[in-house]
Parts: sequence; structure tokens; C-alpha cells
Amino acid sequence: MEKTWNNKAWFLVLPVLVLVAFSAVIPLMTVVNYSVQDTFGNNEFFWAGTDWFSQILSSSRFWDALGRNLIFSFIILAIEIPLGIFIALNMPKHGIGVPVCLVLMALPLLIPWNVVGTIWQVFGRVDIGLLGHALEAIGVDYNYVRNPADAWATVILMDVWHWTSLVVLLCYAGLVSIPDAYYQAAKIDGASRWAVFRYIQLPKMKRVLLIAVLLRFMDSFMIYTEPFVVTGGGPGNSTTFLSIDLVKMAIGQFDLGPAAAMSIIYFLIILLMSWVFYTVMTSSDADA
Amino acid sequence: MARITLDHIRHAYGPNPVSDKDYALREVDHEWEDGGAYALLGPSGCGKTTLLNIISGLLHPSHGRILFGGKDVTNLSTQERNIAQVFQFPVIYDTMTVYDNLAFPLRNRGVPEADIDRRVRDMLEIIDLSDWSDRKAQRLTADQKQKISLGRGLVRNDVNAILFDEPLTVIDPHMKWVLRSQLKRLHKQFGFTMVYVTHDQTEALTFADKVVVMYEGEIVQIGTPAELFERPRHTFVGYFIGSPGMNVLPARLDGARAMVGDVAVTLDHAPQAAPTDKIEIGIRPEFVRIGREGMPVRISRVEDIGRHRIVRAEFEGQPIAIISAEDEDIPADARITFDPAAINIYANSWRIGAKA
Ligand SMILES: Nc1ncnc2c1ncn2[C@@H]1O[C@H](COP(=O)(O)OP(=O)(O)OP(=O)(O)O)[C@@H](O)[C@H]1O
Ligand SMILES: [Mg+2]
Repeated sequence: MEKTWNNKAWFLVLPVLVLVAFSAVIPLMTVVNYSVQDTFGNNEFFWAGTDWFSQILSSSRFWDALGRNLIFSFIILAIEIPLGIFIALNMPKHGIGVPVCLVLMALPLLIPWNVVGTIWQVFGRVDIGLLGHALEAIGVDYNYVRNPADAWATVILMDVWHWTSLVVLLCYAGLVSIPDAYYQAAKIDGASRWAVFRYIQLPKMKRVLLIAVLLRFMDSFMIYTEPFVVTGGGPGNSTTFLSIDLVKMAIGQFDLGPAAAMSIIYFLIILLMSWVFYTVMTSSDADA
Repeated sequence: MARITLDHIRHAYGPNPVSDKDYALREVDHEWEDGGAYALLGPSGCGKTTLLNIISGLLHPSHGRILFGGKDVTNLSTQERNIAQVFQFPVIYDTMTVYDNLAFPLRNRGVPEADIDRRVRDMLEIIDLSDWSDRKAQRLTADQKQKISLGRGLVRNDVNAILFDEPLTVIDPHMKWVLRSQLKRLHKQFGFTMVYVTHDQTEALTFADKVVVMYEGEIVQIGTPAELFERPRHTFVGYFIGSPGMNVLPARLDGARAMVGDVAVTLDHAPQAAPTDKIEIGIRPEFVRIGREGMPVRISRVEDIGRHRIVRAEFEGQPIAIISAEDEDIPADARITFDPAAINIYANSWRIGAKA
């Protein structure tokens, strides 16, 4: 049959184009617009070229925040991915335990970000918080308001508590899709627990793990609300991540130009890192 | 190598079996000789896979014991039983090469690498995948994958038994024939006990010393192909083995005669049965003679299948199949006779009479 080319088909994708334009393209272009201009108020703008970009890229404040972000995301991935896999492997596959575990796992995911922040803010306080108080009682010197290490530990613990479930649920979905015959064959072949994981479970989880790593990376790299609520970026600047810095700049100081330039750099970093993860994790599929 | 004893095995998948219906295996109490080649034949859902899984230890039976060479292994793991099993659907380790797939069971058992290499290369030769040894197994076709599954079982030739669960279903006919003869050769060479599940009776009959027929969770008969043909213990065996299957006709007993409808069929003895039993007579199409003498039938169809003809007819309101030679004349008002020695009598589906 002859294919008829009909430009009316474009009308069918028009709604999506409009939606994407409003939700992504237009805001992004506004940001681009701000990033290349300067203003002294009165709605008067001057062309600034790449000044803001070079200013951001040469400021140690930016690089410090970026470094903190990278370390944070790395720690988050290093804890949540293995822990998530471990929990998923130990979840029941049949019976009443399945719905119970699934609901328990889904609970932290249902709590809004700012509430999570508030919960941990209170939970960790030395005077009234359960965690802070308990640690104090067993003689651990813990105070996230004064000690940067404690602040980091609190923020990381909070993120692990909040988001490991996501990794668990994704991995679990991968695991239950493995037919019983594979486990039976492994038993017949005398495979060890490790070999079963390495040659059966891990290959089947690979795709969902890719999604989990990407989601957790992007999300932890953009983290804002929780540390903002718990530590406010302190003590000092010790938990000031890029996003917190960005908001300080844009809203606190109303430096729209530098803030816009920083947003774009931030966006490009996330894009680049996601691409790297994706390429690395899918590359082993290609060789065969 | 071991003699396998199944001591009153019953198995239910559900937790609280009450009636016979809840059991996937109703009662299996048999002995499989050391080094025997058994074909396990039966319709879908009769419990073949369940039985294999119980022998290999993947399933723990609800009741009964399993013994290998007289030693109770019921509570031993699959690994301790040292059994190879090839599954109905190909299972391969995607991320490994073909070579590593075959080496896997040997490496897990700590076989020296030089030994592994020799055995794996032999096996690659047998399953005709030598040229593929360094390929990732993921990209192979279904029949190549199944050959790998088969090879992973056969590469371990020191096992107590190898269980095959319809291993050749996805393989093309010529390769099927080749693999089957290889299997026979390996069996002769290493003498493992072999159980081979199949739907295909030709495969079963040509392959095995003994054919085991299962029906609704029970083994209804174990015997040589000739025994299954001549003396089916259960009407199901008669019907399932042979092409076409045995004619089974409802009857009443009257001394040394069986009444089918209004017609008397002469028997060679007077069988004993309780009056309440449901009586049937079984006669294979091969032993029904068609001609001008005997009992009247109405012929409905004649199928010429080359070597002989299959006559489909109606006898006292019952359908009956008759095999007649190519050159035999089929008269218009045909009549049939039964070879009395070839008639089997069944009470409630089980064979009675000359209980020899
Ligand atoms: N894991 C299971 N849970 C519950 N019931 C099962 C399970 N496996 C099999 N059964 C039931 O047990 C009975 C026997 O199944 P089995 O798989 O042993 O049959 P089979 O003879 O191998 O059939 P097929 O020729 O189709 O492979 C069937 O009625 C089946 O529905
Ligand atoms: Mg089966």
C-alpha cells in the first residue's frame, strides 16, 4: 500500500508540543534570556554576553557547592543502590508477606519532601528529637546544627530513608520477572548463592538498575528541600548544595543574571552526567 | 549411577490436600533400574514435570521417600543428589559465552580446568556449536539455546541420573534425530540412569528400554514397548499408545463371551469381574480382521496412509478403527472378526482376566 503523506498529522502532536513548550521550553528560554543580560532595576536590561558564565565558572563558591553535590550524590548512590538490591533480594516472593513489604516500602515515598525535612529536623534535635536524644543518652556527641559531619550524616541518613525504597521497588520488579526455571537450573548446576546473583539476578535487574541509578543521581544532584529544611545549608556552608546556593542567589540576593547562568550550567552538568551513566551502563549490552 | 526407588510418593502443591483431586501426584511406587533408559509418556498436566522435580530434589514430596541405590535421599538437596536435569524450556545464562555456559556446572563443582576444557569441547562437538563457543549465549536462536541446556546436563557424565523434560520440542526434525542418537550413545558409554519425558510416542518407543505411562498423577504402566502394545494395563495406555489407539468398547460379560450391544464376542477365557464393575473390551485396530464373515459393521470412512489403510466404521453404535492391508478387499457389507488372543478385558478401566 502506498503511504499517504499528510501534514494534518502534525495537528495530532500539536497538543504535546504546546504542553512541552509551556512547561519546559519557554521557561528555559527565559532563563537563557536572563543569563546573558544585566539589569539595574526599572526593568531595563543590558547585554552582558558570557560575563555571568565566566563569573560563575571562576567563583570558588560555585566549585565548592558542585564538589559537595558530587560527593553527596556519590555517597547516596553508593549506599542506596547496594542497600536497595540487598533488601529486594530478601523480600518474599509469595504469600502474605508480599503486600505487607510492598506497602512498608512505599510509605516513605508517599511523604512530601518538606515534611520529610521537618520530620528529620525534629527527629535529630538533641533537646526534643528521638534520634538526637537517644544518641546523646548513649554518649555520642551529636549535633547537626554545630557539627558539619553530623549535618552530613543526618542529610544522608534522611535521603537513604526516603529513597532507598524506590531502588528496592524497581529491583524487586526486575527480580519477580525471573522465571522459576532459572533458579531450578542454577540448583541443578550447583551454583552458589553468589553465582545465582551474578549470573541470573544481576543481569535481569540491569535495566531497572539503570533507571534507579539515573533517577537517584538526578534527584540527589538536585536535592534542595530536605537539607534546606533540616540544616538550611549549614553549619557554615557545609551542606550548601548547588540548588540551595542558586536559590540564595536568585531570591535572596536577586542576582537574576548569575543565577540564570548557574542554572544553565547546572542543567548541562546533570545532562552530561546522565548521559555518561547511560552510556556506561548500556555499553556492555552491545558487545556480543 | 544408582537405582532409584520411589517409595509411595504423593505430592500436592496446595497446603491442605483432602481428596485425590488435590494431588498432582496421587501415588507413585516404583523402582527405576540403575542404568535404565526410561521414557516418561503422558498427556499434559499428568504430573511428569512434578515427578522429575521430586526425583531431582527441586520439590520435596508431600508423602513418601526417595532412595538412590537403597540410600534415603528424600531430605538431600539437589546438589547432594548429583543429578542433571534438562528443562522443558531452554534456560541459559545470558551474559556468559556458550563455552562458559557449558563449563558452569563443572566449575561449580571444582573440576580441574584442563578437564573442563576437554569435556566442554567434546560437548560443543556433540551439540554442533563448536563455531559458536565464544559467542554470548543471549543472541542465539531457541533451538541453539536448547542445545546448550542439553549440553549443560550431559557435560556432567558422572551423575546418578539425567532427567530430560521434553528437551527436543523446539528442535528441528533432522537435528532431533541426530541428538537422539548422540544421547543414546552417551547413555551406553556412561551408563547413567536416564528418564526422558516426551509427548511423542514414536520418540518414546524408539528411544527407551522401558516406557512409563502416566495418567492423572499416577503411573499406569511401566513396560517394554511390546508390552504396552499387546497388554495395556489401563484403557488410557491402549488409547494413548498406538496410532490409531486401541478400540475400547463397553460390554457385558457372559462366561467366555462379551456382549457388545446385541453381538457376542468370543473370548479365549472366562474373566471374573464383580457385577457392579464397568466392563470394557479393548482390541487394537491391528487385530481386527475385515472381510465377508463375522459381525456386521457400517463403514464410514477409509483413510489411505500409504503402508496400510485405516478403516473407520461403526460397530453396534460404537466407533471402531480397523487396520487393513493395502491390497485387502473391503466388501460393501463388510463384517469383522476379532483375534481372541488380542482382546483385553477392562473392569473400571483396569485390565483383568489372565493376570499373568
Ligand atoms: N507450581 C505449581 N503450583 C501449583 N500447581 C502446579 C504447579 N506446577 C504444576 N502444577 C499442577 O500440577 C499438575 C501436574 O503438573 P506437571 O507440570 O507436573 O504436568 P506435566 O505432565 O509436566 O505437563 P506438561 O506436559 O504440560 O508439561 C497440573 O495439574 C498442574 O496444574
Ligand atoms: Mg511438564
